[in-house]
Amino acid sequence: MCRFKTGARKLMASEKARLVSLEEGLFAGFLVLLTFACLIVAGKTHDGVMSFHALIGAVAAGAGVFIIFNNYFNSENAAPVLQEIDGKPNYNMGPVKFGTVASMVWGIAGFTVGLIIALQLAFPALNFDLPWTSFGRLRPLHTSAVIFAFGGNVLLATSMYVVQRTCRVRMPGSVLPWFVILGYNVFIVIAGTGYLLGATQGKEYAEPEWYADLWLTIVWVAYLLLFLGTIWKRKEPHIYVANWFYLAFIVTIAVLHITNNLTIPVSVFGMKSYIVWSGVQDAMVQWWYGHNAVGFFLTAGFLAIMYYFVPKRAERPVYSYRLSIVHFWALIFIYIWAGPHHLHYTALPQWASTLGATFSIILWMPSWGGMINGLMTLSGAWDKLRTDPVLRMMVVSVAFYGMSTFEGPLMSVRAVNSLSHYTDWTIGHVHSGALGWVGYISFGAIYCLVPWLWNKKSLYSLKLVNWHFWVSTLGIVLYITAMWVSGIMQGLMWRAYDSLGFLEYSFIETVEAMFPFYVIRALGGGLFLLGALIMAYNLWMTVRAGEPAEAAAPAPGVLAAAE
Amino acid sequence: MSLWTKHQVFEKNSFALLIGILIMVSIGGLVEIAPLFYLKSTIEETEGVRPYTPLELAGRNIYVREGCYLCHSQMIRPMRDELERYGHFSLAAESMYDHPFQWGSKRTGPDLARVGGKYSDDWHVEHLRDPRLVVPASVMPGYPFLAETALDTYGIADHLKVNALVGVPYTDEQIAEAGRDMLGQANPDTDASDAFKERYPTALVRDFDGNPKAVTEMDALVAYLQMLGTLVDFSIYDDKANLR
Repeated sequence: MCRFKTGARKLMASEKARLVSLEEGLFAGFLVLLTFACLIVAGKTHDGVMSFHALIGAVAAGAGVFIIFNNYFNSENAAPVLQEIDGKPNYNMGPVKFGTVASMVWGIAGFTVGLIIALQLAFPALNFDLPWTSFGRLRPLHTSAVIFAFGGNVLLATSMYVVQRTCRVRMPGSVLPWFVILGYNVFIVIAGTGYLLGATQGKEYAEPEWYADLWLTIVWVAYLLLFLGTIWKRKEPHIYVANWFYLAFIVTIAVLHITNNLTIPVSVFGMKSYIVWSGVQDAMVQWWYGHNAVGFFLTAGFLAIMYYFVPKRAERPVYSYRLSIVHFWALIFIYIWAGPHHLHYTALPQWASTLGATFSIILWMPSWGGMINGLMTLSGAWDKLRTDPVLRMMVVSVAFYGMSTFEGPLMSVRAVNSLSHYTDWTIGHVHSGALGWVGYISFGAIYCLVPWLWNKKSLYSLKLVNWHFWVSTLGIVLYITAMWVSGIMQGLMWRAYDSLGFLEYSFIETVEAMFPFYVIRALGGGLFLLGALIMAYNLWMTVRAGEPAEAAAPAPGVLAAAE
Repeated sequence: MSLWTKHQVFEKNSFALLIGILIMVSIGGLVEIAPLFYLKSTIEETEGVRPYTPLELAGRNIYVREGCYLCHSQMIRPMRDELERYGHFSLAAESMYDHPFQWGSKRTGPDLARVGGKYSDDWHVEHLRDPRLVVPASVMPGYPFLAETALDTYGIADHLKVNALVGVPYTDEQIAEAGRDMLGQANPDTDASDAFKERYPTALVRDFDGNPKAVTEMDALVAYLQMLGTLVDFSIYDDKANLR
């Protein structure tokens, strides 16, 4: 918080006894109202979770008001914040730094919870028979922590960084960027503690209850305005390709989030709500949301990262500008159709699931278009793979992207899906995308960002990056191969018949057969976590002991695309 | 090439880009979701599907709260092995009052769409308390606290009211008497249970958790599990009439 204060003091300064700016006034007013609303709810509520969350809300909103006014009163003698210094944009990197640190912290927390629930499946005693530690409550905590807390902070931090650099302009507002990044992390805290206490909507990847959803909606609209506001101020005539992907991610996630979370609370003083959709329609809306959380949160957003960080690190232009145009529009148009492939052979009408599968197969093409564009960006720089483990990590991530976007369409085929659905194969598929693609492209981006943001010449140790790479790659390979074997095996066991025409295996026999693979999977997850810990140490040492960089701005020309 | 030059409209104008994105991402969702609300073939015509009783609804909320859907599906697919293992394939009608749906996406444990009536109440209570007492190789967590936690009856009428608001056909009487019905279903041979049976003639009335002293979360969850998949009588159900 104190870094925020000193940073913001500079921002908000103006002539003596300045008036509170409109932005400060609006945010302070909103947060004051929110504080009182939270206090009223905390006082009147019947359930413990709601009163706990209302108190968190009141404290967070109150702290926001305090910070705004504290900065206002401390900013009287400071110099006004400059849009440019010596002709160079005065970028606002405070919130980017916060998001980068938060993503590492949440990442390690999320990987740890993942390891715990992986072990719970092998050794059920680890559930401890307590409500707060059982698999059913920890699993949403794991998925949300890695997708929304780790991935979300990576996306927020990198998008704020990239949009400023590629527009060559400072983000608008002094309170707004901090509202977005801090507000988002307050959402994470409310969602995560809610899962442990049993507050859930019971929809996968959309578990947070109505009040958390409402808060996220407010933060997300602020995020959209912040992002667009930066583009509106831009000094570059073109909107860089990474920003198209970020914009598609922000806008589409807003549409998905609002539609899938339309609920009616039982009472504004209680946490429980009922979703307006039911049964088959709810299933369709949920998987339209669920698959596009993958498509727009975990793909479009991270493709934006690829489009900035891979060319930057390789010091080569994006391979093909035209390919990026085709692949952008094709990807966002086709992805949105793919959801119902999660519902083959269910009570969802077959026309819908077949349509979903058809588009999933078509989706293979734009996905590989993106992969090719990312990989071929290295033309003329392939030798860097030997010397730069950060670049290697990003290239392997794009390769994993290619692999899982091939596996996905395959699994969406009805015949394959009849075997793979409900099994660990799905879990393995998700993790080859999540660990390999999302994880590695994020790690690569963070390895780039930390020296840039803290003004260091380079990372503390490339050797440790190398260790991180190999340890976690081994972990991913163990993870996904274990899940392939266990998933396909369980699918086959469920449908096996003996020579007399009876089902060969009882359900519990198929559970018992999973044990060795659950252990191997946990080992793989443990190695991935170990890699992240090595990374955290490396980054910590970079910030603490890294050699300061000369003041040299990276050449923006590198990003100009090849025609 | 001129087409590539024309694309500059999107590259230089954030509003054009924004509108373009919105149009592109709207089409697929609209085509796939909207028809489900008006195509009559989406949900079969069936008899027997009724709204959850207050106790079952509370049990369902516990099922949701504990994240049971993360390991148990409630959607039987029309394949030979699933029909033999779990029973008739699930109908859309059977989850039409489910807010939210609980079809699930993973079977770490078996499907529960038709678990109702498959095991005794005692079995469920023991199994939920300590799964490995009855299924030694189970990897399910134990839920001993359910039997020790009194069921929260606060505002159950409001829960029914909100369900009615989103389309579940509860009568005004069912809403008004929800609190009494909740306890009546778990306390057989009382006035409350007689009144309950008039409002929900097909529901089970039993002391589900085997503890007559209190109505617990275990009562509610077992009541919910024991009715799952039992509402449609498949001996008289004509699936030819509802080809999908």
